[in-house]
Amino acid sequence: MQEAVLHPLEQYLRSDRLPHTWCPGCGIGTVMQAFLRAVDELKIDSKKIAAISGIGCSGRIPLYLKFDGAHVLHGRAIPVALGIKLARPDLKVVVFGGDGDIVSIGGNHLIHAARRNADITVIMINNFIYGLTGGQVAPTTPKEVFTYTSPYNPDSKPFNVVQLVAASGATYVARWSTAYPVLLKESIKKALLHRGFSFIEVISQCPEIFGRLNEFKTPYDLLKKIKDVGRIRKDIGPFEAKYDWNSEITLGEFVNRDEPTYLDQLNQIREKAKGQGDKK
Amino acid sequence: MIDENKVLFTHGNQAVVEGALVAGCRFYAGYPITPSSEIAEEMSRRLPRLGGIYVQGEDELASINMIIGASMAGMKSMTATSGPGYSLMQEGIGLAVATETPIVIVNVMRAGPSTGIASKPWQGDIMQTKFGSHSDYEIITLYPWSVQEAFDLTIEAFNLAEKYMTPVILLSDGMLARMRERLYVKSPDEVEIIERRKPTVPPEVYRPYSRDENLIPTIASFGDGYFIIRDSLSHDERGYYLEKPEVQALYVWVLNEKIRRNTDKIQKWDEKFTDDSEVVFVAAGPIARIVLSMVREARKEGLKWGFFRPITIWPFPENQLNKAIKHASHVIVVEMSYGKLIYPVRWSVKSNVEIGHIPWLSYVAPSPNDIRQIAEREVLV
Repeated sequence: MQEAVLHPLEQYLRSDRLPHTWCPGCGIGTVMQAFLRAVDELKIDSKKIAAISGIGCSGRIPLYLKFDGAHVLHGRAIPVALGIKLARPDLKVVVFGGDGDIVSIGGNHLIHAARRNADITVIMINNFIYGLTGGQVAPTTPKEVFTYTSPYNPDSKPFNVVQLVAASGATYVARWSTAYPVLLKESIKKALLHRGFSFIEVISQCPEIFGRLNEFKTPYDLLKKIKDVGRIRKDIGPFEAKYDWNSEITLGEFVNRDEPTYLDQLNQIREKAKGQGDKK
Repeated sequence: MIDENKVLFTHGNQAVVEGALVAGCRFYAGYPITPSSEIAEEMSRRLPRLGGIYVQGEDELASINMIIGASMAGMKSMTATSGPGYSLMQEGIGLAVATETPIVIVNVMRAGPSTGIASKPWQGDIMQTKFGSHSDYEIITLYPWSVQEAFDLTIEAFNLAEKYMTPVILLSDGMLARMRERLYVKSPDEVEIIERRKPTVPPEVYRPYSRDENLIPTIASFGDGYFIIRDSLSHDERGYYLEKPEVQALYVWVLNEKIRRNTDKIQKWDEKFTDDSEVVFVAAGPIARIVLSMVREARKEGLKWGFFRPITIWPFPENQLNKAIKHASHVIVVEMSYGKLIYPVRWSVKSNVEIGHIPWLSYVAPSPNDIRQIAEREVLV
């Protein structure tokens, strides 16, 4: 008798770890599925992928994937990923993280990875809030909404992360939302094939905490808001991309160019150093 | 036969680099900080020639996490820093402990607390190397006293890290970093070099955190095809996070016990004249050389004084110290801090011996006579 397949992507999952810990209606599963479909369509050897994450709901993604994976400190997934990539350039190294992990506590690593054109992919799932710790304000929280530590609205304007990463020198920058899983998948495929630093922000729903606090009665209501506010624009640069809760969060691909990657640059340095022997 | 080409007249920072390269270190990430920066500078010059990788991290957090990543992918990796940077690395040290990732961290101690005095030596981080990161763990810390020993113990640090699958801390200080003396650079075939064990079972049955009789796991590297999970959360044999009391208990037990149970094999120490010593001086690092020369002078005058130097600061050579002070009425700790090395000595001593303390609070090293005068005037009265 043929063994039943639980899911078309089961070969990429650690089924023995299911069920997962995410809340019903959470957007992380959509992102994970888009990623696995991208890997599947590109036919990347599972043994050649490393999925790295820090702390947060999104940080749990690598734990369910049947690749090499590391779940490390809050904010430090990018340097760990870079260390892995430099030591094993044959691997595709992908970082998953939330907005808090990637752009708050890990912000310094994000901008420097972009500056270096580090040969890794970062997928940042932005749900506007700290979910795992119970709903505190994030550097991406719009001014107009509430969290448990911004009961009178946030004190500061949010990061438009697309602009931050583009200004830091990233060579592939895109923003999508869980409302467009197929476009997201296609973008992830590009990011995985991109030489150098690729960054995708995914606007995603946290119905249990963000939705509840901001009077979205169902996951669908919040996803609909995300769909409505997300406006796909072609042929605009990152600095025209908007991040405005009331009018528009611009979606699309904002940067895609070819430049020497960090590994290219390290190899150039090795060439320069060569022939100088190891004597004092 | 000593190859004259391999004899250098150089400083402690250089010796660390030479030792690391002989040990097989090919990945260095660090952030500049006095008095450790020569290690980074030399690594940036040497590693690319050897096909290795040097990264100047954006900060100490990046640096330690990069070397952890590189080690998880199979490369021998290290970083070097000093007090303020070492404080920033504590969380990363905890990650390396938790995931059992071998790395070497060099802490070139300087005057503190906080930013202190950048270029001056101190010995204030001895307790931090044991307790710096949160919660329960055991760690290995080595502290050389000469340029040659800095070379030898750097190799030892890499060996211990790979053997016990743990971060190892090599202490140095502003004195050793700048002190120049003869260094014989041994070649890799003159020293023992330990490489990480690779799994021998197929991936289907492989469990990264299953252990041998010494409680040491055999952990595959990224890219070896074992679909390995390295988790900073409490995990079971598979590396899977499970919120269960028995998983947490076993996890903490093995992290501590794999060092404790191998303590005898790890510990190194040095002792002189302890067979009949009535007064035993305890000191570590280069200041111990001043203490030893003071003890030798006293011996010439017929005083039954002795000397004990922990080389592994952690695990502290407790039994060896107790043997060394068997005939002593006094044990006197000399250190360049308000009091750090004194603690493990107090914890260790089992007899009724009087424990004296000479905290030398100047970053200008004492002369042998300074120490002797304080000992006679303030301790042995």
